Amino acid sequence: MSSASAIAAAAATIERRRRNYARTYLWFVVPAAVAVLGTILFPWAFTFFISAFDWHLGSPREFVGFANYAKLFTDERFGLALLRTLYYTSLAVVFPLGLGLAAALIFNQKFPLRGLARTIFILPMMATPVAVALVWTMMFHPQLGVLNWLLQEIGIPPSMWVYHADSVIPTLVLVEVWHWTPLVMLLLLGGLAALPIDPYEAAKIDGATPFQTFRYITLPLLAPYLVVALIIRTIDALKAFDTIYVITGGGPGSASETINIYLYLQAFAFYNMGYASAVVVVFFALILTLAALLMWTREKVRP
Amino acid sequence: MFMQGITRRGALLGTLVAPALIERANAQSTFDWRRFRGERIEVSVQTSPRGTLLQQHNREFEELTGIRAGVEVVPEQQHRQKIIIEYASGRPSFDIGEVSLHVNKRQVGRARWNTDIRALIADRTLTAPDFDFDDFGAGMRTYATQADGRMDTLPAFADYFILYYNKELLAAKNVAVPTTWDEMFDGAKRIEDRSRQVYGHVGRGVKNANVVLWSSFLLGTGQRDMINAERQLITDTDDAIWATVQYQRFLRDASPPGSIGFNWNECQTTFMQGRAAMWVDGIGFAAPLENAQRSRVAGKVGYAVVPRGPVNHHCALFGSGYGIPEASAKKGPAWFYLQWALGKQMQTRMLAAGAGVPARSSAFRDEAAMAGGPFPREFFTTLAASAPIARAGLPEILPVTEFRDTIGTALTNTIGGADPATEMRAATAAFRPILERSERET
Repeated sequence: MSSASAIAAAAATIERRRRNYARTYLWFVVPAAVAVLGTILFPWAFTFFISAFDWHLGSPREFVGFANYAKLFTDERFGLALLRTLYYTSLAVVFPLGLGLAAALIFNQKFPLRGLARTIFILPMMATPVAVALVWTMMFHPQLGVLNWLLQEIGIPPSMWVYHADSVIPTLVLVEVWHWTPLVMLLLLGGLAALPIDPYEAAKIDGATPFQTFRYITLPLLAPYLVVALIIRTIDALKAFDTIYVITGGGPGSASETINIYLYLQAFAFYNMGYASAVVVVFFALILTLAALLMWTREKVRP
Repeated sequence: MFMQGITRRGALLGTLVAPALIERANAQSTFDWRRFRGERIEVSVQTSPRGTLLQQHNREFEELTGIRAGVEVVPEQQHRQKIIIEYASGRPSFDIGEVSLHVNKRQVGRARWNTDIRALIADRTLTAPDFDFDDFGAGMRTYATQADGRMDTLPAFADYFILYYNKELLAAKNVAVPTTWDEMFDGAKRIEDRSRQVYGHVGRGVKNANVVLWSSFLLGTGQRDMINAERQLITDTDDAIWATVQYQRFLRDASPPGSIGFNWNECQTTFMQGRAAMWVDGIGFAAPLENAQRSRVAGKVGYAVVPRGPVNHHCALFGSGYGIPEASAKKGPAWFYLQWALGKQMQTRMLAAGAGVPARSSAFRDEAAMAGGPFPREFFTTLAASAPIARAGLPEILPVTEFRDTIGTALTNTIGGADPATEMRAATAAFRPILERSERET
């Protein structure tokens, strides 16, 4: 047998084995594929399907095509909910990022009882959102809540917190900041620990100030970690539901009614399943677009 | 031999227990409570003192019938959603479900999700001879009956809106128990002391929940209702706007700051802490208010029927019924459970515990049960006086939650200072097409 034919025979054997391998082990993929299809793809396909119907629970379904989507453009309440969602998200991303960065820089320094302080700092993150929301609800009570008592003790007039349309969203953001700043801190602290020390030594030799070191070395090197935190926070804030639902239910009036609250009302209070599905599809598209944009940004800032 | 075993003490004991044994034997001879022994049923009710009663006495039912009953209690709002979704799935997980008649009656009736109770009542092999259907008040029977005559729930309890007042706060300012809304407002303003954070009134301000307080005002007008005989929405009329003005002045001018976000729980906390003198809400709050461990006003709470309006005098009525899903394969055992759960004994227990107004009239004739509880006589007389003036506090329409949401948002806006007439006209215009469409489909 020539060497060429031997190589060809060996290649054919490898190919045959590969095919057999694929044929033999293909079935092992099936459970995972079924799980993905059943729990991710099917619900999405079904939601999209339902969005083409006018369907109230307990009533017959009527095919309406894209009418539910068209209705979204003229639905003022949907538009306002979308704006509120963006307002809430922007605040609930910017503040945890800023405060989380500051906390990470502090906890990256060496000082006595640093471990204990760090543990205490991350405690809010471990609490259940609904439990957190219930505790804050009690603290926000305008007459009986501890927050107004504290304000009055230091001579500041009481606030209406979540009991006034103007202050409700900033107050809800306050809860979100308290709850999730520790997560941002942990992400950035991990990033800081992974930064190389050479640039810092060089900066020290060149006589750079601490601010210059932060501005021109730490921040650029930390940028990928910041973008990761930004992506996680943005998606989390867009999806925020439990805290808002428990504390205000979207009120007072509709002052804190975000898209999630709105679609929950449509689906589970008004039982308007077709329209709620259209809201879900549009909202999913919005989250997907934002996530893609942030991922693109992440690629751009990667060193 | 047999005679030798009888002692005087034994004979005396026998004489004492004989009537009870004979009564039980007679009942057993005509009705077999253990016909479905060994079966298991699931019961789904709302979290409330009534649900707690069912759980507390569940063993009694199991021992009586030999049927095992799993009782699930779910918070009110979530429970309503849960049962509707399960009904719509065609395979509900429960054999008995609590239906809020003021919210879901029409929806459940239209879809024919529950079986018609009348057939079960008429079946002598399934219904105990002492069931006594006529004991259920006529009003409650009507409330639980659908427009087509089907009775797909057995009425469980009524919830009347009554006036709670803090006797100490009223006495301190020499304010009499109000009989009109104007008297109540004037009294509330006299009691108010903002420097001490004491207010004359507290009430529901949060959207959706606030509609039932607003309807308390509307029920006193000539119009009374929210839809007319042609089933058209009439929430922008002079009477409806008058009710909104009342709502606005009570919530904005006589209630604690922040009332815009108050649901019943914030109202209850405020009243329990002695920070509010008067509160109009459902009768179920008497129990926590009289709980000395949790309430600062226990023993100081007064009860009265709601003040009368300019033309009529009604209190808002809400209520629940228990139904058996058409899809349940255990209708017999479920019906046995209903007979026990809404039997005379359990209904009397409900009244004595202040857990609700029983649908059965006989409970009110049990003086001993009423005297044994933590509630003053005044509480029970208020319930009795409320019954004849009770009127549905929400319209019997399919999209009732959407109605509450739309009208409730308008009411909330008025607390913030918006013009009542403008708000009600806008809310009515927004909801009218929804109602019209719903009525067309129905």
